[in-house]
Amino acid sequence: MRAFDYQVPADALAAMRAVAGNDSAVFLAGGTNLVDHLKLGLTHPDLVVDITGVTSDEVVERDGGLWIGAAVRNSDLAADPRVCERYPMLSEALLSGASGQLRNMATAGGNPLQRTRCGYFQDNTTPCNKRRPGSGCAAVGGHARYQGILGTSEHCVATHPSDMAVALSALDAVVHVLGPDGERTIPFTELHRLPGDEPSRDTVLHHGDLITAIELPDTPIARRSRYRKVRDRASYAFALVSVAAAVDVTDGVVRDVRIALGGVAHKPWRAYLAEEALRGQAAIEDNFREAAAAELVDARAVDGMDGGNAFKIPLVTRTVVSVLRGLTQENQ
Amino acid sequence: MNAVGQDMVRRDGPAKVTGTATYAYEAEVDNAAYCHLILSTIARGQVTDVDVSAALALPGVLTVLTPGNVEKLAPTDDAELAVLQDGEVAYRGQIVGAVVAETSEIARHAAELVHFTYHVDEHDSIFTTDRDDLYRPKAINPGLEPDTSIGNVGEAVRSAHLTVAETYSTPMVHHSPMEPHATTALWQDDSLVLWESTQSVHSVRTDIAGLFSLDAEAVRVICPYVGGGFGAKGSPHGNVVIAVMAARALPGRPIRLALTRQQMFAIVGYRTPTIQETTVAADRDGRFTALAMAAYGQTSRIKEFVEQTAAPTRMMYAAPNRATSHRIAALDVAVPTYMRAPGECPGMFGPEVAVDELADALGIDPIELRVRNEPEVDPETGKPFSSRNLIACLREGAERFGWADRVAGARDGDWLIGTGVAASVFPAFTLRTTANIRFDHNRYTVELGAADLGTGAWTVLTQIAADALGVPVEQVDVRIGDSAYPFASVAGGSSGTATWGSAILTAADTFRDKYGDDPADGDEAENTFIGTGFEGGPYATYAFGAQFAEVRVHADTGEIRVPRLLGVFAAGRIINPRTARSQFVGGMTMGLSMALHEHSVLDPRFGHVINHDLAEYHIASCSDATDVAAHWIEEDDPHVNRLGAKGIGEIGIVGTAAAIVNAAHHATGIRVRHLPLTLDKLLAGLP
Amino acid sequence: MQTEINLRVDGTDRQVTVDTRTTLLDALRERLANTSPKKGCDHGQCGACTVLLNGRRVLSCLVLAVTAGGKDVVTANGLAPDGELHPVQQAFLDNDAFQCGYCTPGQVCSAVGALDEFRRGWPSHHGDTELTRAEVAERMSGNLCRCGAYTNIVTAVQQAARA
Ligand SMILES: Cc1cc2nc3c(=O)[nH]c(=O)nc-3n(C[C@H](O)[C@H](O)[C@H](O)COP(=O)(O)OP(=O)(O)OC[C@H]3O[C@@H](n4cnc5c(N)ncnc54)[C@H](O)[C@@H]3O)c2cc1C
Ligand code: SF4
Ligand code: FES
Ligand code: FES
Repeated sequence: MRAFDYQVPADALAAMRAVAGNDSAVFLAGGTNLVDHLKLGLTHPDLVVDITGVTSDEVVERDGGLWIGAAVRNSDLAADPRVCERYPMLSEALLSGASGQLRNMATAGGNPLQRTRCGYFQDNTTPCNKRRPGSGCAAVGGHARYQGILGTSEHCVATHPSDMAVALSALDAVVHVLGPDGERTIPFTELHRLPGDEPSRDTVLHHGDLITAIELPDTPIARRSRYRKVRDRASYAFALVSVAAAVDVTDGVVRDVRIALGGVAHKPWRAYLAEEALRGQAAIEDNFREAAAAELVDARAVDGMDGGNAFKIPLVTRTVVSVLRGLTQENQ
Repeated sequence: MNAVGQDMVRRDGPAKVTGTATYAYEAEVDNAAYCHLILSTIARGQVTDVDVSAALALPGVLTVLTPGNVEKLAPTDDAELAVLQDGEVAYRGQIVGAVVAETSEIARHAAELVHFTYHVDEHDSIFTTDRDDLYRPKAINPGLEPDTSIGNVGEAVRSAHLTVAETYSTPMVHHSPMEPHATTALWQDDSLVLWESTQSVHSVRTDIAGLFSLDAEAVRVICPYVGGGFGAKGSPHGNVVIAVMAARALPGRPIRLALTRQQMFAIVGYRTPTIQETTVAADRDGRFTALAMAAYGQTSRIKEFVEQTAAPTRMMYAAPNRATSHRIAALDVAVPTYMRAPGECPGMFGPEVAVDELADALGIDPIELRVRNEPEVDPETGKPFSSRNLIACLREGAERFGWADRVAGARDGDWLIGTGVAASVFPAFTLRTTANIRFDHNRYTVELGAADLGTGAWTVLTQIAADALGVPVEQVDVRIGDSAYPFASVAGGSSGTATWGSAILTAADTFRDKYGDDPADGDEAENTFIGTGFEGGPYATYAFGAQFAEVRVHADTGEIRVPRLLGVFAAGRIINPRTARSQFVGGMTMGLSMALHEHSVLDPRFGHVINHDLAEYHIASCSDATDVAAHWIEEDDPHVNRLGAKGIGEIGIVGTAAAIVNAAHHATGIRVRHLPLTLDKLLAGLP
Repeated sequence: MQTEINLRVDGTDRQVTVDTRTTLLDALRERLANTSPKKGCDHGQCGACTVLLNGRRVLSCLVLAVTAGGKDVVTANGLAPDGELHPVQQAFLDNDAFQCGYCTPGQVCSAVGALDEFRRGWPSHHGDTELTRAEVAERMSGNLCRCGAYTNIVTAVQQAARA
């Protein structure tokens, strides 16, 4: 880790300008991913700009929905009674992530921007297209257990590790960004990218873009929603597969449904195909299974010397069915 | 009143709960400099050039150690310790350099700036049983015969009523103590002080004195507390040699060196992966007619360590025909070493699952099947057991666990429920140790170079000494963890308490013989206890145990939980039930961790472990192990040693994984033979 | 880049010069000789470095010391002013909730933080409204213990919660 300057800007604009004006500057929020990466030598900034004081750290009501300041800590957000009541899947997603200590540090702006946990990405001594474009992807044929099955490319098969982001994707959240050209909004489902031939870019953000808030639209269906995380360790572990879902069933028929998947792709994966397959169908297990299958038509396992990740394909189906069964049983 | 057997609170407890107990890196010294290791990024070849200019140019860098510029060590047959003596690289992650700087941040930064040029040779890090270069080692740890054979296993199998012949495997795993290996080293006035995280201050002293051609008296190793070792700190590794080199390069300047967590997966040993071709043949009544294991493991091309995986197969159950063998592959990989219950821990996995498979096939209760195959004497040596209470452990465990109530196909909501059992064993032996006792101001000070890794030595040795001297514990100060005290054996092999305790008894006898019950200030006596060595005496001396697990498997996702784990052990005299229980439970928890999680993923393309941190290499978390209970059978074994104590530190990890795998089978009908037991191995067979 | 910061550590105001790269953990351990918080992984993966920062449990290995200027830091040692053990520490001692002791100061700080969070009504992933064993375990799962003292840790935290 080389030496860097540290700056506490006066406000969001100054923070954005400090980073936008310096190719080698980075934002520091909770630090739980950035400081980790500084030590691993994955990023070498000259300037670290502390943004914990420049964006809001409050959750406020707006237009029937909630605005979450980028500096709101994950634990505060998870405990917010309005989130628990109106968007339980978000609270559950947050609480299933990391640990009590980490959630006290991690922020709403930083969490979705954490980078993949791919072991080769985090190990400077191995090839990785995300870390060193053109060096190859060591994950294929290697340690593939945690890699993706949807939207992967020959250049990168990594997964996005955030739980919170899966819920935000299902909730059609909106990201508020302050960039060199002013303020703009990005639908959360479009924030993250697929790897394609440019896996080094995780999101559509440009250097200097500062997330100032995340907006949750009024979403009545979300009041009965769930986040289900399947992992290797009972706690303090990243997802193998996770499912965020909400469903509205009337007279045994699915009127509306939201499904997003975690642990399967380079981005939180909104399961539009599954949603479409389910809308208007009877809320029965066979249909849940078929909906999952519809989403997984293009799923591709990654071979690995650890046995690969083909198990994720049936695991997604089983978890989706399990969650939808649970939600619809409660519904009745 | 006897102190031994009392539930005495840890003497070091207050220091540990406040964090004021000082570990090796935390030694109180002034003006420390910081050392950061550099590890090779190739798996085989030579360092041909090192460019240190950028590192040295960094303000605050004091020195850079490289293969070209360090002092010559005395010849050693331990290639792991011959660090930086030449540019040869024998495995990925081998130490190729180190930086010393004014702060840890600068040292770490400078380490990134040292540029290595390598000549790269082809490497081979693939462990399989179909390699044509597997060989039969001369001996296996700790000096046992590699192969044994009695009768004719092949013939017995042909005429058996039923045979289970399956291959089981356990993956490469790492000790991962919470305290990374660390040293504070000070070279001053021609003598060396090492605050070192070690299970044996004296072996560190001997090895370091030898390597640097110093008198043993010129080296002092201090280690009052160890943040876990489990074998990884049983003998010194290359890091301590580097710390000494750095200290000698900067006389008068204390050097602090701690490994990063990632480095812990590279240079301080691991448990070899094992492959266990296991055969159990039985007659109609379930009596074993043959028992055999062909065990395979790996070692490093530069240093041989052979896990005695098949050793427990030799003594656990009766059978007229028996055979064991060990074959190993010498690879371009780091050096494996002993890890909590070497041999027994991996080696009781295959057989204890195989016995369960056989019980299932025969329709005999797995406890009953084990009882039917209880040997009269050690089946291979013919020695009588000093005491053997396996059956009592099984029975008592069954009672406490509610074994009789087990039903196949149990279900609670989404969770499939099963229970399983397995047996545990670990040899009991003692080593050589000297203790010194001094009387002053109405207090007894007992000194020996023992170590407390969390085992409770500070406390239990006090209890033993108090009884040996016939005084209350308040009148006794035990001092350990310093090579300035008399020689003590390694805290390993579950031999510590029995060995050191016996030495204290011996020294106390001498003290009382010399000075009677009314000593004068300054009276002092010392004596040495010889111990049995690994060979043991006329008896076969083992601790036994039985482990019971309840496993829940989620019917949809295959997630596996162990809500209940219960062990009953027969391990001789229990000196302190409080610390003993923690030792058993701790071992069982590590066994649970091994069963469900642990797997060091060595990528043979690169030669190193890819999941080399605690986020990717999972050890059990608090939520994985909320109800782990241990009990024991009162055992009065007059043969094992004067204390009547067998070891308790390792047996807890033996058999746990088999009990859990057997319970998972009971819950799901799916038999998993390759650890770890993860959900992907169950998914296809779930409803 | 060297900077001077003020920290309140275990009730005492301390001035310390740190590199901008210095973590709060290293500032405490290597600059201020407060070795109560431990380094088990340096990457947020073990919990050994847990301290209370302005009253909240955090991982000091992932906090840059410069960002902690002016803040209040409490380590396990600071929970026992003048050697009088905090109820959590006493419960750890009573229940033998540790062995090697290396994870212990972090466990203790984490338990203090977790009990405070519970009293404030913060939910957990496990979702029990009482401090059942599973509920305590989930809240304590950010602190790994290789000695496997979990069973006793859960009992100790339950005892401390009643104190
Ligand atoms: C051991 C461990 C286990 C974990 N387990 C989980 C888990 O199970 N599930 C899970 O979801 N997460 C997990 N995490 C990750 C954790 O949740 C993230 O690290 C955290 O949410 C990141 O938030 P932060 O505020 O600390 O971000 P930082 O580390 O401060 O920043 C992360 C990145 O985002 C950028 N950034 C931050 N804020 C903004 C902003 N407002 N605008 C623009 N850019 C910004 C930073 O420059 C940096 O590049 C785990 C982490 C660890 C260390
Ligand atoms: S999967 Fe992506 S992040 Fe992982 S090694 Fe390949 S390119 Fe790198
Ligand atoms: S040292 Fe901070 S979490 Fe491990
Ligand atoms: S007590 Fe040793 S790691 Fe927890």
